Amino acid sequence: MITPSTSRKLLLTLLGWSVALVIAFPVIWMVLTSLKSETEAISRVPHLFTHVSLNNYVAVQEQAKYLRFAWNSVVVSFGSTLLALLLGIPAAYAMAFMPTRRTRGTLLWMLSTKMMPSVGVLVPVYLLFRDTGLLDTRTGLLLVDALGILPVVIWMLYTFFKEVPREVLEAGRMDGAGPLREVYNLLLPLSMPGIVSTSLLAVILTWNEAFWSLTLTTSRAAPLTAFIASFSSPEGLFYAKLSAASTMAIAPILVLGWASQKQLVRGLTFGAVK
Amino acid sequence: MATVDLQQLRKSYNSTEIIKGIDLTVRDQELTVFVGPSGCGKSTLLRMIAGLEEITSGELRIDGQRVNDVPAAKRGLALVFQSYALYPHMTVAENMSFSLKLAGVRRAEREAKVMEAARILHLEPLLDRKPKDLSGGQRQRVAIGRAIVRHPRVFLFDEPLSNLDAALRVRMRQELTKLHRELKATMIYVTHDQVEAMTMADRIVVLQAGVVEQVGTPMELYRSPRNLFVAGFIGSPRMNFLTATVTSVSETGMAMTLTDGTTIHAPLPASALGIGDTITLGIRPEHISLGVEGSIGAQVNLVEHLGSESYVSLQANSGEVLTVRVSGESKIDPEETVRLALDTDFLHLFDATGQRIS
Ligand SMILES: Nc1ncnc2c1ncn2[C@@H]1O[C@H](COP(=O)(O)OP(=O)(O)OP(=O)(O)O)[C@@H](O)[C@H]1O
Ligand SMILES: [Mg+2]
Repeated sequence: MITPSTSRKLLLTLLGWSVALVIAFPVIWMVLTSLKSETEAISRVPHLFTHVSLNNYVAVQEQAKYLRFAWNSVVVSFGSTLLALLLGIPAAYAMAFMPTRRTRGTLLWMLSTKMMPSVGVLVPVYLLFRDTGLLDTRTGLLLVDALGILPVVIWMLYTFFKEVPREVLEAGRMDGAGPLREVYNLLLPLSMPGIVSTSLLAVILTWNEAFWSLTLTTSRAAPLTAFIASFSSPEGLFYAKLSAASTMAIAPILVLGWASQKQLVRGLTFGAVK
Repeated sequence: MATVDLQQLRKSYNSTEIIKGIDLTVRDQELTVFVGPSGCGKSTLLRMIAGLEEITSGELRIDGQRVNDVPAAKRGLALVFQSYALYPHMTVAENMSFSLKLAGVRRAEREAKVMEAARILHLEPLLDRKPKDLSGGQRQRVAIGRAIVRHPRVFLFDEPLSNLDAALRVRMRQELTKLHRELKATMIYVTHDQVEAMTMADRIVVLQAGVVEQVGTPMELYRSPRNLFVAGFIGSPRMNFLTATVTSVSETGMAMTLTDGTTIHAPLPASALGIGDTITLGIRPEHISLGVEGSIGAQVNLVEHLGSESYVSLQANSGEVLTVRVSGESKIDPEETVRLALDTDFLHLFDATGQRIS
């Protein structure tokens, strides 16, 4: 029997799936294309699964050393996330539990730096990197990425820390815990879900970061975003290979995101829904 | 073993002064209760002693040593919070041993101390539970246990019983008093409940709007409140107040008239007073007797029966509302007209500024 409420639900479900399909379509199309031969990939009439093969993937790895780029991505995104947490946790702790008159302003100012296009500071950053020998190094890219996500990380941690009752931390202080103990033994365990989702978001953001990768690295330190870009090369466009490369570039993060979607959703909607 | 000395202690938030120059000595092994109405600064004062709130000016000494700039973690005090503030991710045993762990106490000794505290507080069956699986009363015990295991120099309590139901509150009150006696510890206890203050305290500090109104033993405050505020705050039901005008003063006593013309004689040599002065006369509900004789005429408004005793609320002919405590067996009806006799040995007189006249 179809009651108004079940039909409403059905409609909403259909709508939800359609939207998801529209959003995911390019990705699906890309994955399908990566399994075709180059000729099929550019043919006007779409072919579905005639010669499914992994040849493109093999070719891409041989030709472009996928694994080297992937390793750079891993080092840079996890490293910068770790660095951002290391700097962000004390900062957010101070802001959440020892606020001053300027705390709100500082938070807003930090976030406002994200409104500025990165290209605005490209020249100074480039010159700094050139003079300090950081160009095309993982360390350099890691530093820039960490600074790039720091405002988001601090803002998120701040919101999560605010949820921890300050009296629990004060009880710790009365029990003889110094600031380090207080953070390590009480604050961190109590806000672990928040820290996990903050880290996930940071990893995803830095994984996808392209602007600085393309401008500050060329070969040795280039991550996957640079790897993709190198495929739109002057030798002509190879759609199937490009698709294979792109699929490989997003695969790790897709898996990570999928595995942790619950944490991620909680983190992203935190504060909005209680 | 510890004394706490406060000298001209002050606290301001921005430009508002909350604690306005407090001088006080908390004596060794005494249970001192800070009592006062909501918002008077009790918690703030306690937190300043604890080290959780910065001291704006003045001096705080523990055992004679200035500790203004010693962080909370190093003062060696324990604080029991109103919200309990247990560590949610630790078991009861871990909650209690956390401070010992931080202090580097060895495991065996830690366990022994936790067991000892658990025994005193009847927490043995709960040691492996997390705080969320405990009742309010049990959480309260854990919070107290967390303080006990440390053997702190001073125990601080901020309204620790206010989240418990009435029956449990009475029981915990007695247990805390017993605990105080057993541990022979210095304790500072904050409450806004004057019954808690009266029943538990060795000495009471009455606070109002950031200043100390009076310090004394419960009976001192009950017998000779220093001003109208303390008189009205200590004692339940609260003291009755009547406005009066002095008509005669002599070596052995004085006389005054109430606003309806009734004359009251008091055996108080109030030399500071002159004829014609307006004063406030205070008398506790237990020091008025109700019957057919007596100097004050009144009409019964309401009778509250508590069983063993009843509180009678009346409107005196002078217009003031009075409360009288009578035995539970007394038969008094609303609307009844009665006469009240004041036990003049227990009269309290206050001058126009509210200060006690003695
Ligand atoms: N961080 C703060 N900033 C500004 N004012 C504050 C702050 N903390 C407390 N106050 C003010 O200080 C005064 C005293 O607060 P406090 O918490 O000490 O009162 P209290 O006597 O413990 O009251 P209660 O019985 O309700 O707990 C209150 O008027 C309160 O508004
Ligand atoms: Mg309070």
